Amino acid sequence: MSDSENRQLLTPTDTEWLLIFTCWLIAAAGTLGSLFFSEVMGLKPCVLCWYQRIFMYPLVVIFLVGLFPLDRSVFRYALPIAIIGWCFAVYHYLVYSGYIPENLQPCSEDVSCAEINLEMLGFITIPMMSILSYTAIILLLFISRRRTYL
Amino acid sequence: MKKLSFLSAAIILLVSIFAVATYFYNKQKANDANANAQKNDSILERSHSPTIGDKNAKVTIVEFFDPACETCKAFSPFLKQAMAAHPGKIRLVMRYLPLHQGSDEVVKILQAAHQQNKFWEVLDDAYVSQSSWAIHHVAQPQLFWKMLADTQLDIEKTKLDARSTAIAQQIQQDISDARQLNVTKTPGFFVNGKPLINFGYQPLKELIETEIRNKY
Repeated sequence: MSDSENRQLLTPTDTEWLLIFTCWLIAAAGTLGSLFFSEVMGLKPCVLCWYQRIFMYPLVVIFLVGLFPLDRSVFRYALPIAIIGWCFAVYHYLVYSGYIPENLQPCSEDVSCAEINLEMLGFITIPMMSILSYTAIILLLFISRRRTYL
Repeated sequence: MKKLSFLSAAIILLVSIFAVATYFYNKQKANDANANAQKNDSILERSHSPTIGDKNAKVTIVEFFDPACETCKAFSPFLKQAMAAHPGKIRLVMRYLPLHQGSDEVVKILQAAHQQNKFWEVLDDAYVSQSSWAIHHVAQPQLFWKMLADTQLDIEKTKLDARSTAIAQQIQQDISDARQLNVTKTPGFFVNGKPLINFGYQPLKELIETEIRNKY
């Protein structure tokens, strides 16, 4: 308790704010980007995409709340969400690139998670962008945490 | 550091990127849809397609429909109104696109009714009683037959025709034409060969009225 109170007394640096702000920017861009794919381009999100969305969308709100005023405990709230999302993204990437076979399941009209339906510049795929976003958010969160203690 | 203005700038930037990308994507899609429709103009109608309205009308609406589709049902009175508002100027051609489970059987019955010149009556009845035979987006042909008992249709003949290969081929033709015309949802509209790009009553109304202005 006293520890966290002491931490609150430290003057928030602009760098820390900027790090969390960048996290927000990535989450917001990911949210709008995924909405562009589904709502504008009409690509149906597969089940794994939905799980990644579920953990990306709330980050936009959580980071925003943590920025005004800067609240260092945003690390505690955002990190678990980002890590779960990251796990789904990695799993999706492995399914996508064929390392993990998609479970044998009856054919349905649902969208296959293993099907590649968008490739930009020949190699950037949606799961790859998701992994990169989650990884960047997690790294930035840890960097901001280190700055707090140093 | 003015954090709030920083945030506002980022939000404005993100939203404008989204808006601009959406604008250009939709524009490109509209161009592609128009070009594709133009290229496939000859397959918009088939001789087996049920048609209503003046033969010499200069505006032809082609509708790809599914009798179990609720939006198709909702558009039916709208189309009747449009035709009544411009008597003799609009011709409506119906094409089958059975996307709902079980609809493939129902459209065969409709086409069999068309052979007895009863397509429009049966379609109206089908729409009116839609909720009684299309349950949770699944068309139930046996319930549809029950509904038909009240119509003037020759049921025995309809049953025979609905099973014929001729009708099966006609339906198949409609489905493959829809695929080539890039119609993936019902209702899919074309007015004088121009696809309806932004879906809705108002855009369709505008498309029809523009064509009427151009042709009359």
